[in-house]
Amino acid sequence: MKLLWLQASGCGGCTQALLGAESRRGVFARLAGGGVDVVFHPAVSEASGDEALALLADAADGRLAFDALCVEGALLRGPNGSGRFHVLAGSGRPMIDWVRRLAARARHVLAIGSCTAFGGISAGGDNLLEACGLQFDGAEPGGLLGADFRAGSGLPVINVAGCPSHADWVVDTLLALAADAFTAADLDELQRPRFYSEQLVHHGCPKNEFYEFKASAQKPSDLGCLMENLGCKGTQAHADCNVRPWYGVGSCLRGGFSCIACTEPGFEEPGHPFMETPKIAGIPIGLPLDMPKAWFVALAALSKSATPKRVRESATSDHPAMLPTNRKGTRK
Amino acid sequence: MGPFNRVEGDLEVALDVADGRVRSAEVSASLYRGFENLLLGRDPLDALVLVPRICGICSVSQSAAAAAALADAAGIAMPANGRLAQRLIHACENLADHLTHFYCFFMPDFARDAYAGRPWHAGVAERFRAQRGSALADWLPARTDFLRVMGYLAGKWPHTLALQPGGTTRAVTATEKLRLAAVLREFREFLETTLFADTLENFAALDSCAALLAWAEARDGDFAHCVRVAADLGLDRVGRATDRFLAVGAYAGEDGALFPAGVWQDGAAAPFDAAAIGEDVSHAWFAGDAPLPPAHGETRPLADPDGKAAAYSWCKAPRYAGRVVETGALARQLLAGQPLAADFVAARGGSVLARVAARMVEVARVLPAMEDWLRAVEPGAPFCAEWRPPQSAQGVGFVEAARGALGHWLSIERGRIAGYQIVAPTTWNFSPRDAAGQPGALEQALAGLPVGDDEKAPVIVQHVVRSFDPCMVCTVH
Repeated sequence: MKLLWLQASGCGGCTQALLGAESRRGVFARLAGGGVDVVFHPAVSEASGDEALALLADAADGRLAFDALCVEGALLRGPNGSGRFHVLAGSGRPMIDWVRRLAARARHVLAIGSCTAFGGISAGGDNLLEACGLQFDGAEPGGLLGADFRAGSGLPVINVAGCPSHADWVVDTLLALAADAFTAADLDELQRPRFYSEQLVHHGCPKNEFYEFKASAQKPSDLGCLMENLGCKGTQAHADCNVRPWYGVGSCLRGGFSCIACTEPGFEEPGHPFMETPKIAGIPIGLPLDMPKAWFVALAALSKSATPKRVRESATSDHPAMLPTNRKGTRK
Repeated sequence: MGPFNRVEGDLEVALDVADGRVRSAEVSASLYRGFENLLLGRDPLDALVLVPRICGICSVSQSAAAAAALADAAGIAMPANGRLAQRLIHACENLADHLTHFYCFFMPDFARDAYAGRPWHAGVAERFRAQRGSALADWLPARTDFLRVMGYLAGKWPHTLALQPGGTTRAVTATEKLRLAAVLREFREFLETTLFADTLENFAALDSCAALLAWAEARDGDFAHCVRVAADLGLDRVGRATDRFLAVGAYAGEDGALFPAGVWQDGAAAPFDAAAIGEDVSHAWFAGDAPLPPAHGETRPLADPDGKAAAYSWCKAPRYAGRVVETGALARQLLAGQPLAADFVAARGGSVLARVAARMVEVARVLPAMEDWLRAVEPGAPFCAEWRPPQSAQGVGFVEAARGALGHWLSIERGRIAGYQIVAPTTWNFSPRDAAGQPGALEQALAGLPVGDDEKAPVIVQHVVRSFDPCMVCTVH
């Protein structure tokens, strides 16, 4: 599977994360072993200047066959629809033109990261950039290529959303495509690969015991659950971060800070400060998905009253305040 | 010329060539991102979510600068553990960046077919060819292992929220401290076996260009290869910019900075004065008149950029006391008094090899510092001070990113961000001309380079461009 990668308006962080994929000989060897041939990638290809432009022009005009187009970064349509906020260097043409032309020739089109999928951080605020995703504008279908776009394979844009995307989300998607083992049924309603979006960040969260007892952190570095006060959206965000750690050991929650739901459209404008939980009458408004609110409130009240002292005291400390009780009694 | 692959972000360079030499150059950033305006009106702490996303390769630097600006505005200090953890996180990013630049961005140019006639070409091509060289199979897994520092201390990388004005969000346990020590030990092993083929201490002690060349002779490490190739191609003699250097202080804290702040001009170091910084937009696609100090700066992109004839970039032109300066590892090591960096600059000013060698010196000096910082971490003691953002205040945060001086200027009014200006390292190095017509640092470094009239993308130009390790996505924040 021949792959072209373009960087639109983004930070390049998805590529940096990708380079960190766990693999004995590095990510390119792993991709090559699975039949993915990276023909062009701005961060690693040898070609520059005219060599690079010639390659892209050949691909866009059908003289160079390729299979997959990965785009990393939001698509800037501004100012006033011109695309002038991002001209592909040396080409004199807006990046959005290149993306449209190349997408029309691709068998698969992948949006790498939430900027590319939905607009992401680039589309925040009043969006003077007129930033959007490849096939979504926030949660609305459309975007640069339009809701009806289908790649050569018949699939819509595959949204490997995340800010940044975990390396494995990208690698596993590419390897599945190269093995012809990826179908429309493998996408969720926002066109994200289900293998990571059918889980919640909450699954495998190291703070689960604190969550169960509603033993909440009050400030950064506290061990307690971050949902009640510090803005954590782990119970609402679709991703498997806490069962697929970064570099074998980390995740946002493992790092002690809140999930900001970076795999979701519109995460960049939560409507409240990121690090604060909005509440009505003391109850967080963003409750866990698929759980009746009344039950949550009742269970929360019950579990708060049943919280063991160990859990309550550890929740507002940066290390366990007490050890778990053993059968012979409590140790200090 | 453009696009430049193997730089972070989108870069275009226009060369005016006459009689086989570059007469003048114009460096253009062709993407505008608009983060400074995105920050306005937000809760001050939202900056910690937004600014890392300026840059995927130096996200921690952006975080650290925002956290420092917020801490400055609030007038708080962090506990020792928090400071040590922030340094370890930041140093991990900076060292990973230096070596990603070396292995993925800089060295592959020597594997080009244009150098096929050189005696060293076959070996270098086998080792460093873009995407396929054998070195990547060593470097990328070593990098992933090293990034476990981020996994333990910062949760993930890039785009962690672990760095806070009061410290860090993750207190490490005694066991994790042992594991981190193992990560650093194994990374040292990679550096001493594969990169240097020598101890970090021996390499860091090299005190002159002559000593570096002698060291590289008949040594098998990857950097020794680089030095021999660079010497053969005369890369210690090309790429000179202004020979004025700026550093704002690296890994700073109440106990001092590992590498100090300062300005190097006319062959001597002077103290750094933040008030001497102004940003000019005369040749950028922004509205504005006289240069503004960042504390009162503004970012007004033109809706009709092509209507401003003099402009050719989305990069502003920061100046120090009205002068062009260069920033980066060479500036840091020079101002830190490191003898090899000093000898390079004394002999021939900034050059391609000087910049690359200074990065390697820094790798060799910072990893031992990381080992010291980790030893000083006390599990059980606090990592983060409690604080509240002020309702009205100003703050400035300076840090050294891998690529050089980074500053954030913040003002808070009625509990919201009322002003936010960022001056990034490559904004300094790759700035366009200013109102006085002074070309930016790269523009100066390119002038005079020998290029063939029929060369479409002269490789010598690419060496000079990449020697700065540009980060264009930061540049056009």
